[in-house]
Amino acid sequence: MSSVLYDVPGPKARRVSLIGSIIGVIVIGGLLVLAVMTLAQQGIFDPKRWAVFQLPEVWALIAAGIGATLAAAAVAAVIAFPLGLLLCLLRISDNAWVRVPTRVVLEFLRGMPVVLMMLFVLLVFATSSFVAVVAGLVLYNSAIFAEIIRAGVQSLPKGQREAGLAIGLTSFQSRLTIELPQAIRRMLPSLVAQLVVLLKDTSLGYIVAYGELLRAVQVMADFLGPQYLFPVFFVAAAIYIAIDLAVSRLAIWLERRGSKRAAGGVAHVPVAGIPAAK
Amino acid sequence: MKAFLTRRKSLLVAASAALALSLSACGGSSSTTTNPPVAEKPSFAADSTMAKLSSAGKITIGTKFDQPLFGQKGLDGKPVGFDVEMGKLIAAKLGIPADKIEWVETVSANREQFIKQGKVDMIVATYTINDKRKAEVDFAGPYYEAGQALMVNKDNNSITKPEDVKGKNVCSVTGSTPASTIVEKYGAVLVPAATYSACLEPLRNKQVEAITTDNVILAGFVAKEPDAFKLASDQTFTKEPYGIGLKKDDTAFRMWINDQLEAFDKDGSYKKAWEDTAGTVIKTAPALPTIDRY
Amino acid sequence: MDVIIENLPQYWDGFLRTLFLSLVSGIIALIFGTVLAAARVSPVAALRGFSMVYVEIVRNTPLTIAFFFAAVVLPRLGVTFQQFEVAAIIALSAYTAAFIAEAVRSGVNSVPVGQAEAARSIGMKFSQVLSLIILPQALRTVIPPLINILIALVKNSSVAGAFYVLELFGQGKQLANANGDAVMWVLVGVAFFYLLITIPLGYLASVVERKVAIAR
Repeated sequence: MSSVLYDVPGPKARRVSLIGSIIGVIVIGGLLVLAVMTLAQQGIFDPKRWAVFQLPEVWALIAAGIGATLAAAAVAAVIAFPLGLLLCLLRISDNAWVRVPTRVVLEFLRGMPVVLMMLFVLLVFATSSFVAVVAGLVLYNSAIFAEIIRAGVQSLPKGQREAGLAIGLTSFQSRLTIELPQAIRRMLPSLVAQLVVLLKDTSLGYIVAYGELLRAVQVMADFLGPQYLFPVFFVAAAIYIAIDLAVSRLAIWLERRGSKRAAGGVAHVPVAGIPAAK
Repeated sequence: MKAFLTRRKSLLVAASAALALSLSACGGSSSTTTNPPVAEKPSFAADSTMAKLSSAGKITIGTKFDQPLFGQKGLDGKPVGFDVEMGKLIAAKLGIPADKIEWVETVSANREQFIKQGKVDMIVATYTINDKRKAEVDFAGPYYEAGQALMVNKDNNSITKPEDVKGKNVCSVTGSTPASTIVEKYGAVLVPAATYSACLEPLRNKQVEAITTDNVILAGFVAKEPDAFKLASDQTFTKEPYGIGLKKDDTAFRMWINDQLEAFDKDGSYKKAWEDTAGTVIKTAPALPTIDRY
Repeated sequence: MDVIIENLPQYWDGFLRTLFLSLVSGIIALIFGTVLAAARVSPVAALRGFSMVYVEIVRNTPLTIAFFFAAVVLPRLGVTFQQFEVAAIIALSAYTAAFIAEAVRSGVNSVPVGQAEAARSIGMKFSQVLSLIILPQALRTVIPPLINILIALVKNSSVAGAFYVLELFGQGKQLANANGDAVMWVLVGVAFFYLLITIPLGYLASVVERKVAIAR
């Protein structure tokens, strides 16, 4: 791999970097082995503790947890995306009476911890924990979606809008039929990356006792006994990360595919789901 | 191949043994408790809550899913514990069998709201009766009287009374009454956790001096790991009468439940409910507290 | 409304702890994240690999799992601390650093290729190219997203309330339990104190964004 940042390393530099790499791998590997051995000494890898995974009930509860996680994420995403589009349209409206209040609302939503919004909905509106989780996720993520799409619209060449207006489209028609479709396609990687954040944030549902994956295994470990906490938690964490990684891969695939097709390419935006200045 | 089979077999045996062990330690699962006999066609005054529930043939009861011995979600997804048994007994008197009860998980913070909004017909969830709550909901009972206590590591003899934790780290659940009490009355430094079981690790690692909550919950932890933990003292320093939360001003329903609780005490079903659940680890059976017929 | 004023000391205590967690974690994450980004573009394959794997895994790990590892698994490995804030800071900075690394990396990518080529043609080493030429220019485009990541960090610190640190959100839950009749106002109070940190940061982000836009 060559880079513009440095010369192609010569034989000496390659040797040095190889030796350094080997030492690094040994150090990290050693630390990992040490960690595993320390845990093993405490009996955490005792097969008796892991035998719970032979019980179908355990897997049924884990499956129910995964289902609850995916359900909350899916419902929240389906509501948050259109809402984000709407908020974006209001945010870039030509009318200051619409634009400014929307901006205040967006700043407010972005500044609130998701756990606080979930708890607020649960307590003040006395909803079920599912509704509280979905509401918290929708409120926060629709604001972020709006910001991402707005950044996409602003990254378009000016001519796009000018041409739209020139052929007699109203401002709203130009936004809807010319600018938004391009903006969304440009921002697809950021949008999907934000979906991963949304998916991960379902784990904050513990605050309202929503039975998503992590809480499901916590409750299960409480029932089985403290010695099972680590095994079930490690398995749940691995499953969780695997699901998130899969969705992230989808983002990368979309980015590759998008950069071939989208006019002007895909805008490169940091994955926190936050627009970079253009 | 043969070696594999034997290993697999031994693992399975170990699994079921471990599970049996943990089940008995947890006190109560659907397999060890028998559901109470269901009253056949009980009659109630027309328009009373009892009549409505009875003719509907189903009831929604709120309980906790993470409270060992009282209300804890089992492997089949249904809660088990003393609170759950109380709920089943009352439902049975309404002519509703245990499988027609819908269990809803409530957390401390949303119990009053759930009752007010009619999301549940009653709440049996280690629910302490106090005046502030009485202004919002009604309470039948109390059916059990717990009290706040401290749990420490087995080798810790420096803490015997709540005054001893002044300025020390004490773990409890965020937003729970025991947490407020230990801070406001006894000057402890609160280390908040999401559940009581989450407090066990810091105590084990000696990052906190004690865990505080109602004595019965702590007794459950001690029973599971008697070599690691102990109660700081047998004395409790607050009174936590557990009541059954009901909609405000439904006096007829409240009085009816009060009558049932006394009847459970007389016919021995109260004692049986205890022995099937919390009694598996806490050997002294409680007496039914005096019902508060306000 | 009264409930907020009556309990100002608790709010203030929680607010200060949230501020402390965010500040310390933010500084550590900024440094660690920049190092990760530099490793990602460095000539040493092992550094690139480490940075890539770290960022990829941490970014896809829910924050609660990060907290569990820092607060529960680490002590089991012999890393115990009397101050639970340490665990929270480890979790928050390790988590946030991955996002910062990504933001800085895309900032580096946004600097025109000619800049690096010019720097190398006058004989600069990789470390000089990066620290003297690329990063200062990348900083301009990176600051708005960085501030947004820091806003997220402030909000994420609320998870510490479930992992042994009594910060603003934890205090809020305590107050909500003690004041069951005024839950709404208790939570509005919590929201107010969070906004006290996040709104100025958000404002700063938009000012910088505008400045940078003009500069180009």
